[in-house]
Amino acid sequence: MADSVSGLSSVEAIDLTPVEKPRQLFLEVLYDWVTTVDHKKIGLMYIAYSLIFLVIGGIEAIVMRIQLAVPHNTFVSPQVFNRMFTLHGTTMVFFVGMPILFGFGNYLVPLMIGARDMAFPRLNAFSFWVSAFGGFLLYYSFIGGSGLYGAGGAPDVGWFAYAPLTARVFSPGHSTDYWTLSILLSGIGSIGTALNIVATIICMRCPGMKLNRMPLLAWLYLVTSSMVFIAVSPLTAAQIMLMLDRYVGSHFFDTQAGGSAILWMHFFWIFGHPEVYILVLPAFAFANEIIPVFSRKAIFGYPAMVAASVGIGFISLSVWAHHMFAVGMGAGANVFFVFSTMIISVPTGIKIFNWLATIWGGKIRFASPMLFSVGFLFQFLIAGLTGIMLSVAPFDWQLTGSYFVVAHFHYVLVGAILFMIFAAFYYWYPKATGRMMSERLGKWHFWLMVIGFHMTFDFMHIPGLLGMPRRIYTYEPGRGWEIWNLIVSVGAIVQAIATMIFVYNLIHSYYKGEVAGNDPWDAWTLEWSTASPPPSYNFATTPIVHSRRPLWDIKHPEDPDWNYE
Amino acid sequence: MSTIPITPDPADEPWILPDRGTIGMACLIIAESAIFVIFVVAYIFYMGQSLGGPTPQQVLELPIFTTICLLSSSFTLHWAVVALRKSKLSAFNAWLATTVALGAIFLIGTGMEWYHLIYVDGLTIRTNLFGTTFYSLVGLHATHVIVGLLMLIAALIFGLTGHVNEKHAHRMDVLSLYWHFVDAVWVIVFTVVYVLGR
Repeated sequence: MADSVSGLSSVEAIDLTPVEKPRQLFLEVLYDWVTTVDHKKIGLMYIAYSLIFLVIGGIEAIVMRIQLAVPHNTFVSPQVFNRMFTLHGTTMVFFVGMPILFGFGNYLVPLMIGARDMAFPRLNAFSFWVSAFGGFLLYYSFIGGSGLYGAGGAPDVGWFAYAPLTARVFSPGHSTDYWTLSILLSGIGSIGTALNIVATIICMRCPGMKLNRMPLLAWLYLVTSSMVFIAVSPLTAAQIMLMLDRYVGSHFFDTQAGGSAILWMHFFWIFGHPEVYILVLPAFAFANEIIPVFSRKAIFGYPAMVAASVGIGFISLSVWAHHMFAVGMGAGANVFFVFSTMIISVPTGIKIFNWLATIWGGKIRFASPMLFSVGFLFQFLIAGLTGIMLSVAPFDWQLTGSYFVVAHFHYVLVGAILFMIFAAFYYWYPKATGRMMSERLGKWHFWLMVIGFHMTFDFMHIPGLLGMPRRIYTYEPGRGWEIWNLIVSVGAIVQAIATMIFVYNLIHSYYKGEVAGNDPWDAWTLEWSTASPPPSYNFATTPIVHSRRPLWDIKHPEDPDWNYE
Repeated sequence: MSTIPITPDPADEPWILPDRGTIGMACLIIAESAIFVIFVVAYIFYMGQSLGGPTPQQVLELPIFTTICLLSSSFTLHWAVVALRKSKLSAFNAWLATTVALGAIFLIGTGMEWYHLIYVDGLTIRTNLFGTTFYSLVGLHATHVIVGLLMLIAALIFGLTGHVNEKHAHRMDVLSLYWHFVDAVWVIVFTVVYVLGR
């Protein structure tokens, strides 16, 4: 039996990198990163790039919250407020959410399936740089939006940019064009990376890594990347149509010539709703890896987890029009989308119960990754419950376009996705840098984040129920909204402080953190069998796996996992 | 979790995975199909919704000849790859050149059709919803034909300069997947635009 795992039996044998590397000039390092096709470096660039945009998008959120903290505030003008919510939404979805998840996917998928690199390394670099230039283009609109004479015009059409507001007549200047082009580029990059991830997972697995032995993270990335093809492409098509409308005078969304504004809504949400699942499935993927390791148990119900993920992928393609109940689609369409939206909570519920069953009876270690995962479980549950409320069409008619909806989807995006991204940072940072993140700062970060998150997004439901519409730049006193808005704004500041602690922790631990070693968490997947940080070739000898937890088999040769699978 | 014991497989079991070029091209085809679906849906959605003329009934002619050319180019490309696999390089070059010629005839046909529509019938992308959806859908397909032709021409240049041998048959397989996809899309576009739309 020891022979059968010889590929991994000696951890020393796997890393052959010299400990001392020669010092490089700054330009050499820069050249190295700009021209790299290494999946780990591209992954880290994705992550660094989206962290920068996370801070920018966060600042935009803070600007909005300062403006709304008290009635009749004049901190920013209405025009600037419109730009802030447009850029905040666009930035967070396309230039934080997508790239950070692709970054983790790029970094982790080849390591976890025992591959040397992605299937198409040069396509990988191309996709990253295209996405990156998309982000730069969006922010260049601050300078170029109204031409050089009218500097300062950024897009102000909202992140879903409903027609006919985006028509040339109603959005003159170039700010909307920057928005369209940046999303078009980001979409091309996303499709390229998704293609790469699917090809890597299908074609590059190490010997013995059958599909039913793959780490669940790889499964979830397979599902999420497949969804990108079907969900992001319609947005790309719709952006091409919008460009044609704005530049050559076609009439797709031109209501004056018989075009339809509703068609844009359909096209946008055919992308927009699967997109939420594209973002949340990688968060589930992180939970699938972190929760078992910190509960010291194998994941409960692996086949059910895979089936639920694939199920979510399919159902999520048929729920988009629950964003459009207020349009008046007719009873038949309303009923269909109410039920499809409710049904999607079934596979999601299966996942939550499986995570709970994994934790149940485990020997739980409450390190920072596990703290964030537990926060994720509670918050994602509540986010799902308000989601079921909003899936009921009459309830949605009452609250659509209100702060209740904003609170609901921020509960998913922040309470679930961002929390799991933080957990993933604490969990895989030692692998990427070779040093542990500070546990003390991690605890500060977690508790401040929990307090700030709940202050902001729990209380944001209430002004929504009281009728406060989203996207208003100010409001009158005496409607009962003041105290709630103030609490929400204070919570946003607390979250900003928590995030600053996190960023400080990232930088500080890189220089001063405790040395991690190859496998600081006593984990079971292949990435922990190589050095931290991994050498450019990942594994000196190609690993051979025999079960879902290859490192468990090596650490416990007397009781290997394949006896139980 | 089940506790049925299974025997671990021997390490020397052959480990063969699908080819990454084929999988990558399949993924690209899925993504491209989604883009085409959106344009086709827009075409069907706006069928008969134009506020003014000209209408498809008045101006569109069935492009039978160019359609036959494009569809037969799938067969000639297939025979080219078959010839390459058997190391018959001159047959490969001949079939590939035929494919390029057939694709080019299709493009010229589209160009002549558009010229007639624009300068004789006065239909542009700005005229009405029919013009908007017609030029964008057919134009999107023609763009794909152009991209495919450029790649085929590159392969032909490599073939004529003697840089291709039977080891490259697999790469030509991946390229022909794309070309077959472009042809299959034309069947849909033809049905929607020239049959249902008229």
